[in-house]
Amino acid sequence: MAHTNAGSHDTHYFVPQPSIYPFILSGGLFVLAFGFILQMNKFGLGPWLMLAGFGTILFVLYNWFGKVIHESQSGAYRDWEDKSFRYGMIWFIASEVAFFAAFFGALFYVRNISVPDLLTMLPRHDFTLYPEFKDLMWPQSGQGPKAPAFTPMGAWGIPALNTALLLTSGATITWAHWALLKNNRAQLNLGLFCTIALGVVFLGFQAYEYHHAYSELGLTMGAGVYGATFFMLTGFHGFHVTLGAIMLMVIYGRSLKGHFTSERHFAFEGVAWYWHFVDVVWLGLFIFVYWL
Amino acid sequence: MSHATTAPHESHDHAHYPGGILRWLTTTNHKDIGTMYLLFALIMFFVGGAMILAVRVELFQPGLQLMQPELFNQLIGVHALVMIFAALMPAATGFANWQIPLMIGAPDMALPRINNLGFWLLPPAALLLTLPFVLALFGVGDGAVATGWTLYAPLSVQGGLGVDFAIFSIHILGISSILGSINVIVTIFNLRAPGMTMMKLPVFAWGWLITAFLLIATIPVLAGAVTMLLTDRHFGTHFFNAAGGGDPILFQHLFWFFGHPEVYILLLPLWGLIPHVLATFSRKPIYGYRAQVYSFIAIGLLSVIVWAHHFFTAGLPVPALLYFMYSTMSISLPLAVLFFCWIATMWKGSMSFETPMLFAQGFIVLFGIAGLTGLVLADVAADAQYHHSYFVVAHFHYALFAGGIMGVMTGVYYWLPKWTGYMIDEKLGKLHFWLTIISFNLTFMPQFFVGLAGMPRRIPDYALQFAEFNAISTVGALILGFSQLLFAYNIWKCAKGAEYGLPKAEGRAWEGGESLEWELPSPPPHHSWETPPVIK
Repeated sequence: MAHTNAGSHDTHYFVPQPSIYPFILSGGLFVLAFGFILQMNKFGLGPWLMLAGFGTILFVLYNWFGKVIHESQSGAYRDWEDKSFRYGMIWFIASEVAFFAAFFGALFYVRNISVPDLLTMLPRHDFTLYPEFKDLMWPQSGQGPKAPAFTPMGAWGIPALNTALLLTSGATITWAHWALLKNNRAQLNLGLFCTIALGVVFLGFQAYEYHHAYSELGLTMGAGVYGATFFMLTGFHGFHVTLGAIMLMVIYGRSLKGHFTSERHFAFEGVAWYWHFVDVVWLGLFIFVYWL
Repeated sequence: MSHATTAPHESHDHAHYPGGILRWLTTTNHKDIGTMYLLFALIMFFVGGAMILAVRVELFQPGLQLMQPELFNQLIGVHALVMIFAALMPAATGFANWQIPLMIGAPDMALPRINNLGFWLLPPAALLLTLPFVLALFGVGDGAVATGWTLYAPLSVQGGLGVDFAIFSIHILGISSILGSINVIVTIFNLRAPGMTMMKLPVFAWGWLITAFLLIATIPVLAGAVTMLLTDRHFGTHFFNAAGGGDPILFQHLFWFFGHPEVYILLLPLWGLIPHVLATFSRKPIYGYRAQVYSFIAIGLLSVIVWAHHFFTAGLPVPALLYFMYSTMSISLPLAVLFFCWIATMWKGSMSFETPMLFAQGFIVLFGIAGLTGLVLADVAADAQYHHSYFVVAHFHYALFAGGIMGVMTGVYYWLPKWTGYMIDEKLGKLHFWLTIISFNLTFMPQFFVGLAGMPRRIPDYALQFAEFNAISTVGALILGFSQLLFAYNIWKCAKGAEYGLPKAEGRAWEGGESLEWELPSPPPHHSWETPPVIK
């Protein structure tokens, strides 16, 4: 048995010490899920359990990531481990892509199959299941008898602005990455700050848009299948932007503390990949949900 | 706050391991985690088995004797979810944890803490799945999910509290699977010993690699589907409700986009394991390594484009029916390559028939029946009659018991000497094999006949003409179920090999064993391959 590992001279792979955090995290998830089920079914304890579960999860994430950052700063990770993290992040993002694919799939299905089918049922059959369906263009066609009338969300107001915001934020984080590679800390910090700011403004606009949809357009989750796909797609995207923004804030804090070198900065790149991912999902949303 | 900084004394070179229960709660060792996965799978195998024995006893004769239809519906659905998500998948992940690092010369799995999380998500998920049974006893809710494991809308939209529990259970199980898959992929890509190119990777690792890709591609889609179900139930959306422009068939598309690859997720790790066993006991190299690897890849790709054959009768347009029929049937080509390679591996070998080899043989024959009856079901015209009959039940039990569970048993008997350091009790193992294979066929072969005769599945009562075959099936199921106690006893015995005076296993426990794990002592040290071996 030789002692060389192809590619790098370090033959020792970092296997972390035993850790209780995964166990606590799974307990927290259980309590959160259990509480949510009770809450949805109108049992008393729900909100408190959810709070406890969520608090537990936050506690674990804070400490677990804290430990990882500590290990990283103390030099436990070298090229070999770094590569594992990169592969891991790539495949995690791949699974997120598949998650969004389910909702995009649902959108394409209802637009191309179920809503047209319901419309062709109308005049040509003796038996009409839902005479209330009107022969309209998508999205009003997805309205149905159970849903109130609504106005669909236009593409060229806030959504177009949001597209510009997210695309710009994708550029600023790349600008920050270039700075990191050149060891320009001021530009790195500025780039990260701008990215976070753009993300937060995006989320603010999204919140305003939801308020507008519910209060003025009559566009709710129950507004036919258009409302369902609209809110699920934009909602999960917004949730992911929120997560991405939190991750960016952590990276920004670490960057201010002087973490990351031009050679070793997986955490920065992982977050940047994630941010680009939510960016690309948004482009899909803008085209297929808002525009077409 | 201080937690992030309390560990500076922990250098990664001198480890301290907590003892007792804490060892298992906190472990980052792939062998410990593999053991936990396998034990959890074994326990849930008995839980899911007990449920279905109750169902089989109810079906012993026509009429309702033991339970009301509501409980019957809950038991069949939870049986399936438990067996698939809490028995078969964890068993395969247990194999991956134990064996992939040993077989590719890696010091551990690539992301050990994530690995531990992947395991510890399972018990809460199993608890969520089964808790509604208990809650119902206290007058809360109306029992567990009663929709069958497929959770079809609109039934699942209208269902009770149990559906919500199932939805969150599936979410947590899904997170666990994705974490496990990421770990497998990263380990295989990044932690192979020097010189082990992808085309020198053990077939078992290849099988798991394709499985992991399938999980990453499809489990999130299931998560999306059950999330839409949840919002349809509680937040007023109309994904699966035609009154709002949605479509219940959409749920079937989403579910089976996950559900069909899931079959290969369950089977690919075992197709990877069988060649090793056949080669070991035929004392020949694996035949057609490349052909098998390419077949795995082909099956993985095909498996995500055939899903609608699960609902041919739901009213799909004819071009779609034809497409899904032909694409489904095309899977038989790479599968036939695998069968050919398995048989050719044994051809003219110096075969011996220890317990794992017996199970591997049983696997090939019975899984062959699953494949052939699957071809019958893939035929759109024929399926119009067979759909939702006991023919389907028999078919997928030949796939998932004979292909799945017996594949797991093959692996357990094959690797137990490596894990425990003691040879298995061959006599007991062979008894277990013969009881299992005879009672399995006794249980499920008659179900082909009642299915062809028109007995629908998922119904607690049936017409008198099906009585004899159902009685035979129930007797077979009882023998099959109780025979598995022998399996548990045999594992226990092997784990306590010293007390039972079993012979010690050498490093190369089976003389024909060629892959890397046999280079290590049995049992391997807590940390193995800390210095990676060099391949050729």
